[in-house]
Amino acid sequence: MDQKNKNSKKPVYSKFSQQELPAWKPILTPGWVIASYITIGALFIPIGLLAWTASDSVVEIVDRYDEACVPDDFSKNPQSYIQNPNIKKTCTRSIKVPKKLVAPIFVYYQLENFYQNHRRFVKSRSDKQLRDVKAENDTKFCLPIAYDYDNKPIVPCGLIAWSLFNDTYKISTRGKDISIEKKGIAWKSDAKAKFGSNVYPKNFQKDGLIGGATLDESIPLSEQEDLMVWMRTAALPTFRKLYGKINTDIEAHDTIKVEIQNNYNTYKFGGRKKLVLSTTTWIGGKNDFVGMAYISVGGICLFMAINFILLYVFRPRRLGDPSYLSWNRHPIT
Amino acid sequence: MGTGRTKRVHFSKIYSFQCGRRRYDDDGSQIGGPGFSRVVYCNETGGVSEGGQSYYADNYMRSTKYTPMSFFPKSLFEQFRRVANFFFLVTAILSFTELAPYSAVSAVLPLIVVIAASMVKEGIEDWQRKQQDHEVNNRKVKVHRGGGVFESRQWKKLKVGDIVKVEKDEFFPADLLLLSSSYEDAICYVETMNLDGETNLKLKQSLEATSTINDDSSFSNFKAAVKCEDPNASLYTFVGTMEFQGQQYPLSPQQLLLRGSKLRNTDYIYGAVIFTGHDTKVIQNSTEPPSKRSGIERRMDSVIYFMFFIMFLTAFLGSVYFGIVTKNDLDGDRQKRWYLAPDRSDIYFDPNRAPIAAIYHFLTDLLLYSYLIPISLYVSIEVVKVLQTIFINNDIHMYYEEADKPAHARTSNLTEELGQINTILSDKTGTLTCNSMEFIKCSIAGTAYGRGVTEVEKAMAKRMGSPLIVNGRDKYFDDDDNDPSLSVKGYNFEDERITNGYWIHEPHSDVIQKFFRLLAICHTAIPDVDEETGKVTYEAESPDEAAFVIAARELGFEFYKRTQTTVSFVELDPVSKKRVERTYELLNVLEFNSARKRMSVIVKDEDGKLLLLSKGADSVMFARLAKNGREFEENTKKHVNQYADAGLRTLILAYREVTDKEYEAFNEKFTEAKNSVSADRDDLIDEATAEIEKDLILLGATAVEDKLQKGVPECIDKLAQAGIKIWVLTGDKMETAINIGFSCSLLREGMKQITIILESPEIIAAEKEGDENVIAKISKESVKKQILAGKAQLSASTSEAFALIIDGKSLAYALRDSIKNTFLELAVGCASVICCRSSPKQKALVTRLVKEGTGKTTLAIGDGANDVGMLQEADIGIGISGVEGMQAVMSSDIAIAQFRFLERLLLVHGHWCYRRISSMICYFFYKNIVFGTTIFLYEAYASFSGQAAYNDWYLSLYNVFFTSLPAIALGVFDQDVSARFCLKFPLLYQEGVQNTLFRWRRIFGWMLNGLASSVIIFFLCIRALDPEAYNKNGKTAGLEVVGTTIYTCVVWVVNCQMALAVNYFTLIQHIFIWGGIILWYLFLLGYGAMPATISTTAYKVFVETLAPAPSYWFVTLFASIAALIPYFCYNAVQMRFFPAYHGMIQWIRHEGNCEDPEYVQMVRQRSIRTTTVGYTARSIARDNTLSHLNLERQPPK
Repeated sequence: MDQKNKNSKKPVYSKFSQQELPAWKPILTPGWVIASYITIGALFIPIGLLAWTASDSVVEIVDRYDEACVPDDFSKNPQSYIQNPNIKKTCTRSIKVPKKLVAPIFVYYQLENFYQNHRRFVKSRSDKQLRDVKAENDTKFCLPIAYDYDNKPIVPCGLIAWSLFNDTYKISTRGKDISIEKKGIAWKSDAKAKFGSNVYPKNFQKDGLIGGATLDESIPLSEQEDLMVWMRTAALPTFRKLYGKINTDIEAHDTIKVEIQNNYNTYKFGGRKKLVLSTTTWIGGKNDFVGMAYISVGGICLFMAINFILLYVFRPRRLGDPSYLSWNRHPIT
Repeated sequence: MGTGRTKRVHFSKIYSFQCGRRRYDDDGSQIGGPGFSRVVYCNETGGVSEGGQSYYADNYMRSTKYTPMSFFPKSLFEQFRRVANFFFLVTAILSFTELAPYSAVSAVLPLIVVIAASMVKEGIEDWQRKQQDHEVNNRKVKVHRGGGVFESRQWKKLKVGDIVKVEKDEFFPADLLLLSSSYEDAICYVETMNLDGETNLKLKQSLEATSTINDDSSFSNFKAAVKCEDPNASLYTFVGTMEFQGQQYPLSPQQLLLRGSKLRNTDYIYGAVIFTGHDTKVIQNSTEPPSKRSGIERRMDSVIYFMFFIMFLTAFLGSVYFGIVTKNDLDGDRQKRWYLAPDRSDIYFDPNRAPIAAIYHFLTDLLLYSYLIPISLYVSIEVVKVLQTIFINNDIHMYYEEADKPAHARTSNLTEELGQINTILSDKTGTLTCNSMEFIKCSIAGTAYGRGVTEVEKAMAKRMGSPLIVNGRDKYFDDDDNDPSLSVKGYNFEDERITNGYWIHEPHSDVIQKFFRLLAICHTAIPDVDEETGKVTYEAESPDEAAFVIAARELGFEFYKRTQTTVSFVELDPVSKKRVERTYELLNVLEFNSARKRMSVIVKDEDGKLLLLSKGADSVMFARLAKNGREFEENTKKHVNQYADAGLRTLILAYREVTDKEYEAFNEKFTEAKNSVSADRDDLIDEATAEIEKDLILLGATAVEDKLQKGVPECIDKLAQAGIKIWVLTGDKMETAINIGFSCSLLREGMKQITIILESPEIIAAEKEGDENVIAKISKESVKKQILAGKAQLSASTSEAFALIIDGKSLAYALRDSIKNTFLELAVGCASVICCRSSPKQKALVTRLVKEGTGKTTLAIGDGANDVGMLQEADIGIGISGVEGMQAVMSSDIAIAQFRFLERLLLVHGHWCYRRISSMICYFFYKNIVFGTTIFLYEAYASFSGQAAYNDWYLSLYNVFFTSLPAIALGVFDQDVSARFCLKFPLLYQEGVQNTLFRWRRIFGWMLNGLASSVIIFFLCIRALDPEAYNKNGKTAGLEVVGTTIYTCVVWVVNCQMALAVNYFTLIQHIFIWGGIILWYLFLLGYGAMPATISTTAYKVFVETLAPAPSYWFVTLFASIAALIPYFCYNAVQMRFFPAYHGMIQWIRHEGNCEDPEYVQMVRQRSIRTTTVGYTARSIARDNTLSHLNLERQPPK
């Protein structure tokens, strides 16, 4: 008998092999549907309100200066202005502060229609070279900004570094300069792991291959925070990058004066430049969208919940009535 | 050897050797010529070589696809023959060039994973085949070692020229030349079922010259040289000569024993190996089984092509835009986007050569958008199907205890097709019935004997509502179940008037005696006496024949010995009341064939009287009765009709006395006919036999029951309720087929039967004339007319159920091109179709007609070799692993042990598999569209420069790691409703038949859902994160932050979408779905912790930038839920207001209504239409006619 059982091909019974595992078999009952909608609504609307209030508390000042800073003589042809090294590029803007800016105030430059996410641009860098002084010849992906006329490697090489933003801002209010702190604007990991502390700029912006800003050759890359910020390529053609921090409050209704060195050429490609001063809260900068989106989706969910409740009340329907089935309405031939 | 010599019988004389006719015409002359160059030196050690003869293949059999050497190149080649895989190969190669938007390694890795998984699967399958080969190759056979000593040797070591000794019931290890056997005239019986599917035994005989060399020792000096044809595929020809003792002897197929056949009824044979291994005829003859692909997979290919089209289109549009923008970057000397340094650009971005750059960019875009094509879809489907077949094989409800046979899915690529069967084409014998014949009734001398009740009678009684059955405990109904120890296989006869020797008291005891004597003598069975118990068992060509001999034995006419010329049996002497032995001299056997429909023997009894004993079909026998032999004709006919009504197979028994003179004349003519070699030999034999088989005296009729298998009517009922059409294709005669039709409720009384036959007087007249053309023309006209008449009937009434019954002869005309479509229309309109008397080829043709004519999925089920064509032709072939050998099983896709398992196989496994596979494929496209669209949208924001939003490794691991496992879990485990409900609500099956889960609407619906989700995710993320600071430290989101956030949302949405779509959450689902999400975070942690040179943009992206920022989490939460809301709304509305059938059953289960009989009845009744067959429909049809008036009066609730 044992022998027989051993040789038997009878499948072994287990809940798994017989596909009888205990399982949760949820179906979308009216209860579930309404409960889900209400839950989502009840969750989203408060979050939305929270985010919206947070965003509302942020004070943001945006000032577009690219056009305004072109002298009237050149307004037809801003190129000739920006490319002429002999013209002073200083431009002063005065901005009214609508609401009190509480420190820390973040200073950004915003570029528009600037494709930092273009593949040619994104690729054009050498992480090895940035990190390691020995790898300064690793410029394979940096072309065409790889070597100077003497065929010496450019450090940091590549289009990204080469096109470094070079407008500068000086802010003063009530005749008093407000210092903009440039430390701590980059990610720590960049300074620690991506930009070497013993790598110094070399042959940078030389020999007619001048793009954007120059770098102080005595400061190692790991301390060139502007470069680090710039080299975290932006996701979209409209982007802000951190310029610095202001650690003093700016009172409401004050007028701030900004002295801008308008160097960066956005006129060529029809880009725009903006100066942004902004405070932050826990969700970041001013962004009504998140709050509004939360509130509206929450609202839609509540609306759906009500609709469903009404439907269930006014259009009760016998469950499981197969006469609704397509093949019962149109019998198979 | 033992008993060997006791049975040395010269059977060669009693057979007319139909199968072994020599082909004198093409003999000898070609030997040594081209195609006939094989020379075999028998019994030479080392086989072939005398003077450096050519080397022949060894006897090693290889059925594997690959050898260890060829596995890699060949299976790789197989993999890349798939369009999608080839495409990914091309992208992988391109990814090593500058064109690639991602790193080569990350592109190659998923491809390697996918291809490796497929190859591992191939490898495992091939390994299993190798194991089988190994078993066959290591079987042992006795081979002559030299000096008359035989030793056991493995098959694979067999060489051409070896002398082997094969014993009873062993397979021949190679193609052998028969030298001698245990019979003196060196004949042997061979079962060729594996070759041609015929179950009857074939007779082979060696040359006279070698027939005396029949013991081991005589082979020590045996030497012979055989010259013969080269290996070829023809099973029925063999040309050669043997040089033996200085003489040339011609050889014929009569001496050739083919590998794959089996020695039967013969103790041993000696043979010389002629063809080995791959030279053997069976291997030369083997063809690849047709490879079948399911309809779903074909449609899936179309979807993939569609995706390819979308991909090429977007890539094209993208590169046109890219070309234009790139060209604009440089206008003479004026650069626009100077930061891209367009004046110093390489070819890929060169504004001066923008068209070429655009063309290159087109390739880049293709690489980027390749994520629209689910790379892992094929391999996932393969894995899922293998797992599904494991579930099928392990289903305890499809295990047949008695034969110890579980279900066995032989191919794994058709599982979902099981859920879409529109028409089942079923064989009858052995499939619907057991193919075990039981002698149950007989009519002797006009008196009916036998009180057994047949299945059909039971079913009919049930149908009539007979009180006998309602009480259900009648003794006849239980006897065989309660008392299995007493029952004799093949015998279910019960009548106290005859059993236990009481027959001698019956009025016509002399006729009864003759009747049973005839049963004991007129057959070709061979007795096998167990020497210890004295019990006799029989080996017969067919189960019918065995049933007769057994019945005779049980009733006291025990046939126990057959010699070359005699038949001996023990019987009760009515006078002395003692058992006496009788030996009749056997003079001739006039064999049965399908044209003659009868079989006779001529014997000389102990008084020297010559008797012709004959049994045959009623249609031929009644015509051959003598004027004075019709005494019982009327009663017998009546009984025969009753038996046929009860689903029994009947034979008429008759005899005549033959005078010596008559016999001599016959014998001369018969021998002459037998020995003739002309083409009309069969006709001559027929003529000779017809002359003596006449003027017979009727004895009576036998009735044998071909029992329905257990559970067949119930199974058919369920399948019919599921809306599956069932056609019966049988070789049996019309009456039997109709009987079976009734007994399994394929036919019922109310049904209009449309019968198409060719028996009008003019056709019969034409047949007598014998002019083939005239017969064909008239027959065709007649068939056409009948079909059209049937169609007219059909269109006249919409509410009635029709049954179509057509016989083989008419079928031959109905299947002609000109009318086959009309025929199909008629057949499709009928509730049941029964094709009787159909040949194997017709079965296959009908199958093809249904398959191609309706475009629906067909399933053929059968057990015999005659069903092979049908099984291979149908979309799915199911083999019944029953008694008729393995031929059907070997050519089937799935083998089950009993017809009734079909119910579970289709309604449960089929439905599940269909649902799983189709949902899984939809989901795969969905998830890839979600992913691919975000890539596309992002690229649009990057001025179509080919920049991906994601890190290389995010890209490559998406398909393989984060989203595949839940999809596979869905494909393997999901159940919309449990097995119990699948069976309870068979109409659910229609979801598969009508392909509701994989129609274009649903596929595009999922694609649209994917598109919507992806658009929602993308825009929410970029709007929420850019351009403002996204965290408290005033940091703005770079590419890595936005990309990773979008990716996180995609992973969440895709996995939660799976959670919404799944109906059946086991622990496995939870692990895979939530595990996929957790895996993503773990990956992000692990990858981000690697050195910055490896992780590049992902370096510490999670720990440093994302995780501390609340907005990341809020965006994730928001996008995940918002992207799922459209689907959720749709689903909620659909589930509530437009539920599909499975949804409805889920409601019922949920509400607990399934225990409410009235409610369930209401739901189920919907599945019965007037045209439904099966017993439920039958009882409803009856009730309806009874209570028609009542129903009309009652207002609907």
